[in-house]
Amino acid sequence: MNIDSIRNGIVIDHIKAGQGMEIYQLLNLEALDCSIALIKNASSGKIGKKDIIKIDADFELDLDVLGYINPDITINVIKDGQRVRKFHPELPERLTNVIRCKNPRCITSVEQEIDHIFKLTDRENRVYRCIYCESKAKGENI
Amino acid sequence: MRSLIDIVDLSIEEINDLIDTANDIIENPDKYSEKCQKKKLATLFFEPSTRTRLSFEAAMMELGGNVLGFSAASNSSAAKGESVSDTIRTVCCYADIIAMRHPKEGAPMIASMHSTVPIINAGDGGHNHPTQTLTDLLTIQREKGRFDSLTVGLCGDLKFGRTVHSLIHALSRYENIHFVLISPEELKLPGYIINDILDKKGVSYTVTTSLEKVMPTLDILYMTRVQRERFFNEADYIRLKDSYILNKEKLTTAKTDLCIMHPLPRVNEISVDVDDDPRACYFKQVLYGKFIRMALILKLLEVE
Ligand SMILES: [Zn+2]
Repeated sequence: MNIDSIRNGIVIDHIKAGQGMEIYQLLNLEALDCSIALIKNASSGKIGKKDIIKIDADFELDLDVLGYINPDITINVIKDGQRVRKFHPELPERLTNVIRCKNPRCITSVEQEIDHIFKLTDRENRVYRCIYCESKAKGENI
Repeated sequence: MRSLIDIVDLSIEEINDLIDTANDIIENPDKYSEKCQKKKLATLFFEPSTRTRLSFEAAMMELGGNVLGFSAASNSSAAKGESVSDTIRTVCCYADIIAMRHPKEGAPMIASMHSTVPIINAGDGGHNHPTQTLTDLLTIQREKGRFDSLTVGLCGDLKFGRTVHSLIHALSRYENIHFVLISPEELKLPGYIINDILDKKGVSYTVTTSLEKVMPTLDILYMTRVQRERFFNEADYIRLKDSYILNKEKLTTAKTDLCIMHPLPRVNEISVDVDDDPRACYFKQVLYGKFIRMALILKLLEVE
């Protein structure tokens, strides 16, 4: 595909350089049949370097994933070659099965088939904690 | 139907209610001896803890109820790979209320999501142990008559000691509490508890490595065990361990109405020559633990 001209689809823009792959994986984009472009290290006046993902299909985005990674990301919805909507994802209150708890002492490490749920406990610092063991989602376990 | 998973699930009013009930049970035990007739408590101990299990079972028996359950995973279905949620769905068919201990953090919460009867968290790994905290609160209320305007010394392993963390959480909700955090450098209270609880709520605290220095200021002294395995090397452990052992001599400068507490079991952090001291409250604490669990069972079963 011509990565500059999507007819119907989504352009995820202003991804912090280096996070494009993580988003690609978390959104499970490899399961899609349509053409997808992951552009890394594009130059951007706004944030220096950025990643961009272009999806050439009308695709139901998991906005929680994007909001969790970075609510400053821009989502452009393209219809008939025109941008019809541009918005930022919101910081989600709850994440269900987006990330997994890494605390080896957590019940999620042994109990099969339970949802991995994280709750936003500190909006200012974007801290998410596992609802079961209260470990922080990023960095070290508490 | 309600469960008790974390001490912060309870409001101050609910804690006061439980303490009122426990006090009434202590005063009028006969009034309560048949309150839970024909009710069954299941004690599901996926990890052994004889002390806690006996306390729950004694509590239910004194309410006239019955007890069933298992201890340790080795001879139970959980050892055969059954999930917590399946075990709970089964036990709900037999019991009216469940006390559950599990080595994994968050297991009782999973249980409460699948249960049709109230779940009491009887300890989930190093995470929560709300009935220990209720026990500590009842002890403080019985011995000091109040929860506000207290200088509370917490001594020993403040880094890993979950009972200490929950007690700080619970007492921070009251007015004019001053914590004195007494521990070796290696076992200081974690930063997130200082930031998220003490600093955020504006609770005053002092950090020290010397028990002797602060002894005269304390209204309550909560001792915990300093475990050998928490230290990087044996030399540090040997150098430090005696500083955090309470004995008769160290008590000479303490207030006459000091209340000495310990979650038990102790190893050697309180020397036996303290046991006869009227300020030693740790065995009374065990007794209070049974009464507060009785109050909790009544509340969760909604028995009038
Ligand atoms: Zn967890």
